[in-house]
Amino acid sequence: MVIDPTTIASIAHLARLSLSDDEVQLASGKISAIMGLIDEMQSVDTNGVEPLAHPLDAVQRLRSDEITEINQREELQANAPAVEKGLFLVPRVIE
Amino acid sequence: MSNKPLHQQSLTELSRSLQDGAISSTELTQHYLDRIKQLNGELNCFITVCEEQSLQQANAADRAIAAGNIKPLTGIPLAHKDLFCTEGVKTSCGSRMLDNWIAPYESTMTGNLKAAGTVMLGKLNMDEFAMGGSNENSYYGPVRNPWNREVIPGGSSGGSAAAMAAGLAAATTGSDTGGSIRQPASMCGITGLKPTYGRISRWGMVAFASSLDQAGPMTRTVEDAALMLNVMAGFDPKDSTSMDRAVPDYSATLNEPLKGLRIGLPKEYFAEGLDSRVEQTVRNAIAEYEKMGATVKEISLPHTHHSIAAYYVIAPAEASTNLSRFDGVRFGYRCEEPKNLEDLYQRSRGESFGSEVKNRIMIGTYALSAGYYDAYYTKAQKIRRLIRDDFLRAFEEVDVIMGPTAPTPAFPIGAKANDPVAMYLGDIFTISTNLAGLPGMSIPAGMVDGLPVGLQIIAPHFEEARLLNVGHQFQQTTDWHLRTPVDLRG
Repeated sequence: MVIDPTTIASIAHLARLSLSDDEVQLASGKISAIMGLIDEMQSVDTNGVEPLAHPLDAVQRLRSDEITEINQREELQANAPAVEKGLFLVPRVIE
Repeated sequence: MSNKPLHQQSLTELSRSLQDGAISSTELTQHYLDRIKQLNGELNCFITVCEEQSLQQANAADRAIAAGNIKPLTGIPLAHKDLFCTEGVKTSCGSRMLDNWIAPYESTMTGNLKAAGTVMLGKLNMDEFAMGGSNENSYYGPVRNPWNREVIPGGSSGGSAAAMAAGLAAATTGSDTGGSIRQPASMCGITGLKPTYGRISRWGMVAFASSLDQAGPMTRTVEDAALMLNVMAGFDPKDSTSMDRAVPDYSATLNEPLKGLRIGLPKEYFAEGLDSRVEQTVRNAIAEYEKMGATVKEISLPHTHHSIAAYYVIAPAEASTNLSRFDGVRFGYRCEEPKNLEDLYQRSRGESFGSEVKNRIMIGTYALSAGYYDAYYTKAQKIRRLIRDDFLRAFEEVDVIMGPTAPTPAFPIGAKANDPVAMYLGDIFTISTNLAGLPGMSIPAGMVDGLPVGLQIIAPHFEEARLLNVGHQFQQTTDWHLRTPVDLRG
């Protein structure tokens, strides 16, 4: 299966990845080869088979709705690229 | 006290010496720090070495021992794969994205080991975000195999495996999403255990594919893996997929006799693509088990061949979702002078993720995109059920499954760099246990061309004690696990 460079560019946009033209070409070749491998699974008869989300068929555990986290804003924001008055800074979004 | 060099002693031996006062944790830690200084330049196992902090922890351990407060791992110097959050220490995941990230909290698993009195020497190199089987995909450069510097150590826990083989830590930790503990353990000649999905908390382990990821110990001996798992395993309310089941004493059952053990050999694991010398090594190991009274039976896991295809949909799909958190806003790398918010996202991610990570994010994005979801993701999850059910059926007839860990010994650095399909096919024997959530272990079983070869043992869900018992008995009658590279014996 061929994933052409135009498709790669559009997937990269969906995934918010900037790619150079060279990277798009390289990714097209490699991802096409990998999709070829993946397409082998279409030969498996899965009629009547339920998808398996968890190998032990476990379900999401629930807990009571209580506040358990403590406020660590400063510790967590210490790693942020740009912060002001406790807020994360990004380029202007609204003109 | 054993007369072997310290860095070749097992945790059991080291623990006894620490308890007897034959050596202090400070001396032991300094010994490893000296070896890291001497050898890390050529092997590139460590991304971060915590010299000052480890000596402080060793000092605290020595005071605890002097006060008579010694536990099995008190004062033992360990190193962790660099995807476990370690409070106050850089946790890079082998990525430029997290090159500047200091973990503000401790993962549950490393926290358990810390509370057990262990010393942390540092953080180990890995394929970026654990994506890879050769440790060539690290922002910090490839790790070299201590047995031969021109070949890969395996991956993604390549730094963890190579550090063990070179004697740079007493034990290490790794993570295994599709074979990332067992395959490098095989290629570096050490013991590597991937427990049942949910056995060890994933909290604070940077997520790659959440339904497959599982942490585990990488050690010199199976007995050491049991000591590590005793501390690493357990229920954690902070991980919603952690299993609430009692942790047995894994050391207590290591010496159970194996007479009557039923071993299954999947015919699909001894098929085309398996190096004939690796096959012979594995068959010799299985013959050892027959001498111990085990019986061997051929079985079939008919969907093995499709595990790679299903895995390379499920793992990238989950990865593309998990890695969306790296947006250049709250932590990690941010590009210079973004023009607008979208440019900030795209260039921060584009400039800091390596090509393998980008390719997998794109495969996952594609497989999950509108119109393709059923054809790829749902189909893969159906095949996942068939794979799991193959194992459940097999375990009605056998107690453990054995086979090779990897189809070949370690290959030269760069040999498969441009052929992702060839690289992925190397995971054929390890991936299906992740899809099925089963525990698996690789132990050294022989050498081919001067490179180690591992035997893989797979057990039913939560039967880690059986795996460890079976592995330990092999190490009582063979000495492959005691071999070390000649020039690193020191």
